[in-house]
Amino acid sequence: MLQQRNPQLNSHGELIHLLSIEGLPRAVIHHILDTAGTFLSVNDREVKKVPLLRGKSVFNLFFENSTRTRTTFEIAAKRLSADVINLDIARSSAAKGESLLDTIANLSAMHADMFVVRHSESGAPYLIAKHCAPHVHVVNAGDGRHAHPTQALLDMYTIRHYKQDFTKLTVAIVGDIVHSRVARSDIHALTTLGVPEIRAVGPKTLVPGDLKEMGVRVCHDMAEGIRGADVIIMLRLQNERMSGAMLPSAGEFFKNYGLTPEKLALAKPDAIVMHPGPINRGVEIDSAVADGTQSVILPQVTFGIAVRMAVMSTIAGNNA
Amino acid sequence: MKILIKNGRLVDPATGRDEPGDVAIAAGRVVALGAVNPDFHPNRTIDASGLVVAPGLVDLAARLREPGHEHEGMLESEMAAAVAGGVTSLVCPPDTDPPLDEPGLVEMLKFRARNLNQAHLYPLGTLTRGLAGEVLTEMAELTEAGCVGFSQAEAPIADTLVLQRALQYASTFGYTVWLRPQDAHLGKGVAASGALATRLGLSGVPVVAETIALHTIFELMRVTGARVHLCRLSSAAGVDLVRRAKAEGLPVTCDVSVNHLHLIDMDIGYFNAAMRLTPPLRQQRDRDAIRAGLADGTIDALVSDHTPVDEDAKNLPFAEAEPGATGLELLLSLALKWGEDSGAGLAKALATVTCAPVKVLGDALGSLQSSAGRLVEGGMADLCLFDPAARWTVEPRAFRSQGKHSPFAGFELPGRVRTTLVAGHVAYEDK
Amino acid sequence: MTVNQLDAESLYTALLAGVKPLVKPNTALVGVWSGGAWLAERLQRDLGLAGEHGVISSALHRDDFSQRGMSNADPTKLPFEVDGRAILLIDDVLYTGRTTRAVINELFDFGRPASVTLAVLVDRGGRELPIEAAFTAARIALAPDDRLRLARDDAGRFSFDIKESD
Repeated sequence: MLQQRNPQLNSHGELIHLLSIEGLPRAVIHHILDTAGTFLSVNDREVKKVPLLRGKSVFNLFFENSTRTRTTFEIAAKRLSADVINLDIARSSAAKGESLLDTIANLSAMHADMFVVRHSESGAPYLIAKHCAPHVHVVNAGDGRHAHPTQALLDMYTIRHYKQDFTKLTVAIVGDIVHSRVARSDIHALTTLGVPEIRAVGPKTLVPGDLKEMGVRVCHDMAEGIRGADVIIMLRLQNERMSGAMLPSAGEFFKNYGLTPEKLALAKPDAIVMHPGPINRGVEIDSAVADGTQSVILPQVTFGIAVRMAVMSTIAGNNA
Repeated sequence: MKILIKNGRLVDPATGRDEPGDVAIAAGRVVALGAVNPDFHPNRTIDASGLVVAPGLVDLAARLREPGHEHEGMLESEMAAAVAGGVTSLVCPPDTDPPLDEPGLVEMLKFRARNLNQAHLYPLGTLTRGLAGEVLTEMAELTEAGCVGFSQAEAPIADTLVLQRALQYASTFGYTVWLRPQDAHLGKGVAASGALATRLGLSGVPVVAETIALHTIFELMRVTGARVHLCRLSSAAGVDLVRRAKAEGLPVTCDVSVNHLHLIDMDIGYFNAAMRLTPPLRQQRDRDAIRAGLADGTIDALVSDHTPVDEDAKNLPFAEAEPGATGLELLLSLALKWGEDSGAGLAKALATVTCAPVKVLGDALGSLQSSAGRLVEGGMADLCLFDPAARWTVEPRAFRSQGKHSPFAGFELPGRVRTTLVAGHVAYEDK
Repeated sequence: MTVNQLDAESLYTALLAGVKPLVKPNTALVGVWSGGAWLAERLQRDLGLAGEHGVISSALHRDDFSQRGMSNADPTKLPFEVDGRAILLIDDVLYTGRTTRAVINELFDFGRPASVTLAVLVDRGGRELPIEAAFTAARIALAPDDRLRLARDDAGRFSFDIKESD
């Protein structure tokens, strides 16, 4: 097989696209987290804007709908003084049969500097990065089941903020891991940052045994999975799982794998509870826990803007 | 036209011949092999110094895309690709548009191919009408029109009752049924189940999709007596099941594609759609088992599985890209590469693409059975002259096929076809 | 003065003396990261000023972001209200003036100061913007590619880090 260079890095090893956490050196991840810290303080100022991306056009290409994620990217880009254009592709040219690459070519002709892409198929951002003009940067806002790198980075920022030392932690990820791009990116980030124990918790249909190839301990028993954890990441359960014969009902899922105060008590007393959102109360997480003192779900959102500002400013400053 | 081929190294895997010699051709046939009478006066002499003179290759799976998929390939371009690859006979699957379920369509295709005067074309007919898996096709009529077997291409029959009856009917007349062993429901993913598919977030095709289908096929063979050729094995477990079925005495043969002989799932890399194939590329162990199976004869033949795909259909996210790879122009080199890497040698490698595929076709070839895939005096002059020492780099833009991409792009491969003769005339010459 | 005659510690003494008359009741010391911040830290102590000095970074307002990307500076930390303060900016080396411009922009993101004054240890000329220091401890001439920076050892003693171009 011929060796291929990691398309996210230029020939000097600098980040020019953010497509996946896989293949990112530990130093690059820490640099982004440190930069995010700077931007967090910007968000506390009177003037929340800095001119780093002034004159640049950031195009949000969301082939899969998500108002929340798109909004956080828009806020982040605007705080960097970029011009933001939102493209709701689902309703426009792709629906008329325009191919993905034709859409990209048309947008590049409008002098886009950065594409933030969310797509329902794994690998779509790689195709875009391969075919767009050399000066254009691509940020993956979620592709199929494959990756959601900015979510993983903000999750790591959150963990670093509350727990400091990755090398001493036990992290449990609970829920529909096999279909989750957030879980995959979190697992890559946690292993790169040196977390010694990562547990994947859920029923066999959602957490198959071969997940252990990614470096996690597979647990089908919630109590065993949560016991002694420092960090618990709950994932959203999507309705499609019931129709695909993977789960009988949301109720049964909550009974076995929902995070209630009783189950939370099995974790360390200072364990933090995270969730990428939006949360399904009573399906994967009990309201008492989501709103409780150990939940850091809202701070995750705040950190998310700073992390996305860090990602965009880092890649925009590096040339192909 | 009388042609004399001089100073070549004659290699005929069917007989074990491997020695220097000349070949005399007249009226489309080989009239002398080895030593040629000095009063044979050729119209043309070809100097084959340094070249191997081998039987023309026989490819059991090459899609020509006509009728219906002309944006992906035309008979002219794909036949040109065939002879450029030294292939002089090829079998095409019936999944054209419309599929080959009418004698008229088959006759038209054979007629068009004959007029092009390039490789010989042996079409497979569909097993069921429209490949829909419900109603049987008129197999006798299709055989008369020129079909050498019956196939469901990539559309497995989910209804086991229909499959049993199709096998039963075919076995009445001794027709061979060509089946790709893949369960209709378990086989829906886009990449082989395993660590790579998990990591890349691609839906997986588990090995049981192949083994469950194999078990079903073998059980139905036992009760119907049908002869089956299994198309494109992909897994170690699958090879093992075929080995046991052969040991049991079931009338089964099988093939494997050049893609599965050389590549594994890791070669998908960063979602390279050139690697989007059916069946999907599996893991190292599976490739090792396929290589061992080809060496010990469990796997009978090596095929190109030539499936040219339109550029636009490959420039899509992996799961949406159309599966398939161009292969006719690579078949010889990839066979030789296997021969080199495995130590099996040139003659054994050539056997997998000459006399072995002819054995699979058997009676379906009719009178040609005695000379196809071999060098024999009096036989049809289908020859491939190639330079075994040449090495070349795969450059898809230079393919004669309309499918201008390949999973082997950039690979350096052994063996270069210099001249291809079909029925005694020069169909291809390397300039 | 040549670059080899620069003695950071004695220049600091001169800076301290030169800055004293610039200090007003509403003055706040702000040092430019990194050399200026070290100077401001010591000046705050030696001038006996109440409160804490500020540290300011040019990273977010630099004009060479497209060429050099994000820089590694510590983030700006201003532990006081900027509105109405007389900001005394302290930097180690004044050269093109671009860092000072960026730092002033950064400062104005926090509020509206009553005034901004600049005091530096060394002015090496080569200005590309209309920026001047109210007090300079030393002036020298350097080649464009030479680099001059303040260094501080573990004991807190200042020295100069000089890299001359070939």
